[in-house]
Amino acid sequence: MKKRNPILFFTTVAITLFTVGTGQAHRQWILPSTTVLSGENQWVSVEAAISNDLFFPNHHAMRLSGISALSPTGKPLELKSPAEGEIRSSFELLLEEQGTYRIFSQRKTMFASWKENGESKRMRTSAEELEKMDFSKMEDLKLREFSGRVESIVTCGEPTELKPNGEGIELEFITHPNDLFSGETTTFKVLLNGKPVVGQEVTIIKGDDRFRNSVDEIKATSNDEGIVEIIWPKAGRFWLTMSADLEATEFKGTPVDRGTSYTLTLEVLPE
Amino acid sequence: MKSYLLPISLCTLLIATASSRTASSGELQATIEIPQLDVAEYHRPYLAVWIETPDRKIATHIAVWYDTEMKDKEGETWLKDLRQWWRKGGRSLTLPLDTVSGPTRPVGEHQITVSLDSDKLKNLAPGPYIFVVEASREVGGREMLRLPFEWSDKPNVEASAEGETELGKISLTIKS
Repeated sequence: MKKRNPILFFTTVAITLFTVGTGQAHRQWILPSTTVLSGENQWVSVEAAISNDLFFPNHHAMRLSGISALSPTGKPLELKSPAEGEIRSSFELLLEEQGTYRIFSQRKTMFASWKENGESKRMRTSAEELEKMDFSKMEDLKLREFSGRVESIVTCGEPTELKPNGEGIELEFITHPNDLFSGETTTFKVLLNGKPVVGQEVTIIKGDDRFRNSVDEIKATSNDEGIVEIIWPKAGRFWLTMSADLEATEFKGTPVDRGTSYTLTLEVLPE
Repeated sequence: MKSYLLPISLCTLLIATASSRTASSGELQATIEIPQLDVAEYHRPYLAVWIETPDRKIATHIAVWYDTEMKDKEGETWLKDLRQWWRKGGRSLTLPLDTVSGPTRPVGEHQITVSLDSDKLKNLAPGPYIFVVEASREVGGREMLRLPFEWSDKPNVEASAEGETELGKISLTIKS
């Protein structure tokens, strides 16, 4: 058999895990009504969903319990007027500080699959739940841990610096993510656990794919310093995503395959 | 205060200190035409005027016209629609800014006059620059015009451009 491409393999795993029971790829997104604001005490309205089309809700709402918003000085914001629907969640944020805000859903999920009396089983679980389970009855047990962040970034007034978290796969914003213009080159650095990643593929898709016949993905690959450069073909809303494998760990003697992903919604303005 | 002082000191750095013009009565005069538009809903445009360097950084702010009279500074909500002005320096100013900010203007020709001895121009180093006018209208469009010109110790500039949508004729005269 051909040597397995780790990125492709992980993507397949991630998609499978994320869409248990549907067999289709879906896209997660957090979409603010705008990303660049001026003035004081401004409001943004935010939608969050897992859908096929960008950015049209048509599958599942993103649970609000996992979503946080942080002010430029790191204060958590209240999600105002929260609503969790079937295919879309929404809330509003009052921006009382000047600077850059992060809105994100950060999740860590454990998946287990095994055979019991010849029957295939799989479940979404956690370390606490696994602790209680009797591994001796679970044949061919496979554990996978997945950590992912879905994010959007907005700025009121002058942009402020965004510091990397140092965990999982993420971007260091050499170009500020709220300062993107069509025809200009944007520079981001891909980090894995805080260190630059060479050769990481980043996929970018423009929104409104419902109104065209091809996905028109933009693929960028990080260079020797972990830098990816993106030239925006048009103004609009874009969806950026990337994923990678992490070193496997062990849980009670069973290896745990681990993966990490990062997804970001960006707004590109016309010149 | 901090956010206002920073860009000024940056400008000073950018411009260097080469200019040593002796006091003169010279001035920069710009005429900006706001065109009559046949639209269902009309609001006066927000408008920004500045001088930038060839690498597209603001050397000096000349004017910004917006809804200065609204309560709770609500007029500042739409300043970001002056997209290029906003990203290049508008967002780091504290408004209102004396001699720069002012209320929106009606349809017609408007004059801006700046003395060459004023703080806005006196430290401009000789070299190529661009005079930029950007207009953005609520429920309307946006347009930006750029007039390249050469600045020297004895500037002598005549330039003009014609807008297509949100701006009419823009002309620039600098006489030392």
